[in-house]
Amino acid sequence: MRGIVTVANHVAGPADAASPGRPHTVHRMREHTVEVVSDSGEGAQKCSQIFGAVSAKMGNGVWTVEIIPAEIQPPARAPEGASGNRIRLGAGQVTNWGDDTNLVVAFNEQVLLARHRAGALARDATILLEDKWATDDDADIRDVWLQAMQEIADVGYRVVTVPMEERCLTLVDDARKGKNMFALGMLAFIYQRNLDLVFEQIAHTFRKKSDAVYARNVDLVRLGYDWAGAHLDFRIEITPEPNDRPMVVMNGNEAIGMGAIASGMELCAMYPITPATSVSHYLSEVFERFGGVVHQAEDEIAAAGVAIGASYAGKVAFTITSGPGLALKTEFLGLAVMTEVPLVVVNVQRGGPSTGLPTKVEQSDLLAALFAQPGDAPRVVIAPATIEECFHVMTTARRIAEAFRAVVIVLSDANLATGVQPFPRPEVDTRWHAEPADLSAVLAGRKPYGWDESTGLSRRIVPGQRGGMHTVTGLSHDEGSKVAYSAGVHGRGMAMRSRKIAVLSSLLTPPTPYGADEGDLLIVGWGSTKGAIEEAVDRARAAGLSVASLHLRFLSPMEPGLTAIFQRFRRVATVEINYSDTMGDPYVTEENRRRGQLSWLLRAQTLVDVDCWTRVPGEPLRPGAIVQAMHDLMPPRGDA
Amino acid sequence: MSSCSLHVLTNDDDRTFTLSDYEGARARWCPGCGDHSVLAAVEKLLSAEQLKPEDTVFVSGIGCSSRFPHYLKTYGFHGVHGRALPVALGIKLHRPELAVFVVMGDGDCTSIGAGHWVHTLRYNPDLVVLMLDNGIYGLTKNQTSPTTPQGVPSNTQPQGTILPPLNPISLALGVSNASFVAQTAEFVPAHLYATLRAAFHHRGLSFVRILQRCPVFTPGLYADAVRKPALVEMLVHDDGVTVPELHALYPTRLAHDPRDLDRARQLAGATDTIKLGVFLRDPTRARYEEVRRVAPRTAEERRILLNAELDRYAV
Repeated sequence: MRGIVTVANHVAGPADAASPGRPHTVHRMREHTVEVVSDSGEGAQKCSQIFGAVSAKMGNGVWTVEIIPAEIQPPARAPEGASGNRIRLGAGQVTNWGDDTNLVVAFNEQVLLARHRAGALARDATILLEDKWATDDDADIRDVWLQAMQEIADVGYRVVTVPMEERCLTLVDDARKGKNMFALGMLAFIYQRNLDLVFEQIAHTFRKKSDAVYARNVDLVRLGYDWAGAHLDFRIEITPEPNDRPMVVMNGNEAIGMGAIASGMELCAMYPITPATSVSHYLSEVFERFGGVVHQAEDEIAAAGVAIGASYAGKVAFTITSGPGLALKTEFLGLAVMTEVPLVVVNVQRGGPSTGLPTKVEQSDLLAALFAQPGDAPRVVIAPATIEECFHVMTTARRIAEAFRAVVIVLSDANLATGVQPFPRPEVDTRWHAEPADLSAVLAGRKPYGWDESTGLSRRIVPGQRGGMHTVTGLSHDEGSKVAYSAGVHGRGMAMRSRKIAVLSSLLTPPTPYGADEGDLLIVGWGSTKGAIEEAVDRARAAGLSVASLHLRFLSPMEPGLTAIFQRFRRVATVEINYSDTMGDPYVTEENRRRGQLSWLLRAQTLVDVDCWTRVPGEPLRPGAIVQAMHDLMPPRGDA
Repeated sequence: MSSCSLHVLTNDDDRTFTLSDYEGARARWCPGCGDHSVLAAVEKLLSAEQLKPEDTVFVSGIGCSSRFPHYLKTYGFHGVHGRALPVALGIKLHRPELAVFVVMGDGDCTSIGAGHWVHTLRYNPDLVVLMLDNGIYGLTKNQTSPTTPQGVPSNTQPQGTILPPLNPISLALGVSNASFVAQTAEFVPAHLYATLRAAFHHRGLSFVRILQRCPVFTPGLYADAVRKPALVEMLVHDDGVTVPELHALYPTRLAHDPRDLDRARQLAGATDTIKLGVFLRDPTRARYEEVRRVAPRTAEERRILLNAELDRYAV
């Protein structure tokens, strides 16, 4: 186990049921990573979410990642159905999901195998495994249990079998509905969690259920806690670093929803799509209290249209989607660009192309966000890098959309969407809200596209403004919104719409490299990989590598000063969760190589030979893998 | 339009609007196009109702008829093909006090925009929705549309349109929560105007199919009905549209209570005659922008509420 401060070798082998109250060795750690995995529907996610939230409330750094099958009811006891969470706990801030899992609670041996085969588990991981399958009535089940035990026998895991089902049946009729709370109790014991906080969190999680459900869950937690106390020989202590700042804890989709509220937007138009939908689940619960509405449209296209109509009518609205939905919305986005109707589009990226990996993370919509649009349709693209940024980006997006009469695409991803992390509590500011729509009469001579020649900016006129009547159109038009097909008018409109993006770029500050201002290797990233990349930079620098990283929030326009920064490093490469060819692959040459999407963009914009290291594992990048990539990407000595 | 919004539609200043106050750019449709008649009837309605131009929005899609907003001096939104209705719904959700009209063609509404058509009928926002149905794609030059009569040749089906046409009235009547479905014709201007008025005064989505001819590609459409008024059957009722001045010319009249949905469906399905009138009118149906209306909040109220919300997530 990495990060152990004091350690006593534990006694290997299953816990002895006949030794209640046995002494516990307390391992003091800087960090520890735990997973709870079950069949879908057995509640491992609820268990882990509560555990993560309680840990955050006790002051630990936390990063949780969902392990989620694509189907609602995949077959039971099948590796592909493994469902649960990974929670990385730390003494200080945790910025990513880390490398290996140190402790697993598995409800059957098949879901455990899934995690083993995914390489998710540390070689010395402790496994708390439901034992009922070893003695199941069904010979086939006993058989596959034995095979599974053989498969993992040589790794070095410490397997502790736990009679979860048997113990739960002393309290409930259907252990499938109780094991998760028993597991929570075990974790509460192992990690020395405050039980009052656990019960508080249970009350919050099951607030829509009856008191009886709450009471039963509390009893199950105590049952698991007591069992662990009686049968385990270890506990783990991760002492939180002192932190005076008030914090909040939530996942990225909740942060986007809450950020939208904070920005003053009042209409979210959407169509269900994973992994974006939970933003609307959150908003559907609370938005009306804030004077907002979630409109579930008949399709992705209509969702964009409703948001555009609402924005046109005076108040900026937003639509949320994921890759396939973004594809469907493109025609409407082009219309919003052409008519200069402000619009915020949140794209919570998942694996593509097509339906791809609906529940898994990828960063493969970057170029689509910038360019997937017939015709020249410049727009703004911003990617939050942390869950905290998911909150604040919505106000930024709303304000840019409004000030620049622009389409702003916010690129989140499945990692941020479901990741849970504490962050400093935002100090709510009413200035984040939009001014009420100006409905005053329009002075004679003012035009619907009264473009300022140097900035392309203009003040919009909305319905209700006396004297401002005009028809907006997706056809080429002049500043009076009159349809005109002449080359001069068409070219001028193009220039004005494009210039706004350049103006925005001039208002941005150059990004600051992390780790060092110059050196051998600069890693450039965007979006949710920031935590993993920066942790990798720390580790690689500690190992003596001259490496730094740069994380971009603005992708369109690009943040200024990149060429100058790149020139201070001998090699520049992006790290991204999307596909790139590897040199040496059949038929792949420098000329035809498909590169990581940011790499492609940076090469085009800076003419610097930006390399890339990308992977599409359907899960977040691990800092350890990035460190290895840094070694591989290091320019050879003497290479100018 | 809903009575609750009438106060803002009422002309509360001293302005009086004449027809010319609503006239925009000169209409560029072909001479003889039915769109001209619809535009004239709409301008007459706006003037009769004294709608403030700045509180009136015309939303359209793409096609000949979708140029409509450009020819009016109100607010206008000329969008993308088939998708005027979502835009109109968005406007209505944020600004229910505005008078919002939607103008679509037959391809716009019943083909590329069919999904939005069905669902917006069900949402039933307070919109006047005009479907200018000339049974052909005109702007793209003579392609079969869903409402092109079987056998009529086009550039995409030169041997004659292959399938029987879609019946927009039957389809609209099949949508639950639809609240106003009417059919009129550009070649019976008095009925067209009376139908527009009824549609405007209905609370909810008023779907009006306007039969018309394209002078270039479907000039023969409804030629029989134009020649032999007996082929036209007027649906009359106090709750629908009754135009006494037309009684002499169109003697075939059928009393139809627009609350009788079963009968409406029967009538819509019987295509032996061309029926003009209101098939369905039910002002009790839920209107989306009303059932979704929420109490507005001030920025300060929101700040307090958001802090309470953050408390729920506090560590």
